[in-house]
Amino acid sequence: MIYFDSAATSFLKPPAVKQAVSEAFDTLGSPGRGGHPLSLAAGRSVFHCRTQLAELFGLDDPARVCFAYNATDALSTAIFGLFAPGDHVITTALEHNSVLRPLFLLQDQGLELTILPADEQGRICYDDFASALRENTRAVVCTHASNVTGNGLDLARIGAFCQQNGLLFVVDASQSAGVLPINMKEQNISVLCFTGHKGLFGPQGTGGLCVAEGVEIRPLKVGGSGIHSFDRHHPADYPERLEAGTMNATGIAGLSAGLDFIAQTGLDAIREREEALARRFYLGIRDLPGVIVYGDMDAPLRTAVVAMNLAGEDAGAVADALTEDYGICTRAGAHCAPLMHYALGTVEQGIVRFSFSYFNTEDEIDTAIGAIRALIGA
Amino acid sequence: MLRKKSPRVVVTFHTTTAAMKTEQAAREHDVSGRLIPVPREITAGCGLAWSAPTEAEEALRALLSDIGVTAQNFHHLTI
Repeated sequence: MIYFDSAATSFLKPPAVKQAVSEAFDTLGSPGRGGHPLSLAAGRSVFHCRTQLAELFGLDDPARVCFAYNATDALSTAIFGLFAPGDHVITTALEHNSVLRPLFLLQDQGLELTILPADEQGRICYDDFASALRENTRAVVCTHASNVTGNGLDLARIGAFCQQNGLLFVVDASQSAGVLPINMKEQNISVLCFTGHKGLFGPQGTGGLCVAEGVEIRPLKVGGSGIHSFDRHHPADYPERLEAGTMNATGIAGLSAGLDFIAQTGLDAIREREEALARRFYLGIRDLPGVIVYGDMDAPLRTAVVAMNLAGEDAGAVADALTEDYGICTRAGAHCAPLMHYALGTVEQGIVRFSFSYFNTEDEIDTAIGAIRALIGA
Repeated sequence: MLRKKSPRVVVTFHTTTAAMKTEQAAREHDVSGRLIPVPREITAGCGLAWSAPTEAEEALRALLSDIGVTAQNFHHLTI
């Protein structure tokens, strides 16, 4: 089987991740619950992961790294915890439903929402941010990179706009964490929402929010915290403020091993390897008859995604043929990003998304190119 | 049979994360003490406390200041 669906989840992981999770089952209790050795070991392991994430994302205080279960969980926490009816928020057509649906729900309750459009190559116009400003604009909420096309947004530029206009800047780093450089201070990010199971190589059920100094998020969930048990209210201090209930300490141990791998290998080396694989695939298919590739493939900031279709063929049928006949896993359909598909004109057809991993090989890419050639009879 | 009691300085915290941060820094800077469940004589937000020999108090206060941890309280207990 050849796995080209890393934008969905990094099925291909460093072996140390699996080992760390396995070891965690034998060595970790419940973090922050009790003072016995197993509980303390879990607390240390979770805290270590907070320090790794703070380092990776340019955040000074690891106590402001709050764990969640995935990016959707983190984004809902940030969006519902920061905005209220009457606020105005700017977002983009590149967004995943993890951004759009919380905003749409708030919009139904009276939030004002501006969605910056994307062109037929999935690009926004940065001048549109200034045009969208209103007196009650509170924030920009946007992805770092489209999960459909792989095109990135310039966080430094948007962050500077937010800083100039006193806006919060909430970033969805689902597709970019572990691949594209992120620095919360330099890019003026207020809240960085990430998932652990994609580019950070962790297990599913890990993720979180990094919250800049001075940003106060109302908790979405309250309950067990391991601290302040006799208070009627959930603790106000980060990170416990946003971490109700026993966390996924075994998963976080795996995430920690994934972060070790990134630190040892180097973010740049990972990105360059993935880019080279994506480029090899793109160059191998782009001139074949009937092949349509979506997105701006010459943009400077990209993740390792190639979004394509074969003439008018249904994307699901193409993905199914790739799986059944060639053992190649891709993702067809709408990718939970409806506005992107409206922009690209692929609402009916869908798109076949190839997304590549540091652990894929050139031989696998060449096999996929051969499969596409065979499917179109070239 | 519990162990023999001795005078200790016991630091309580607002959060588990602050307790973890303190332990890591104490180990790195060779400040003595260890994390214990909060003794019943005191109440604290977090169930973990840092227990150290009383002579380590000064070094401990300096360490907490360096790493930006605000202790909930300092207690002097024989435990």
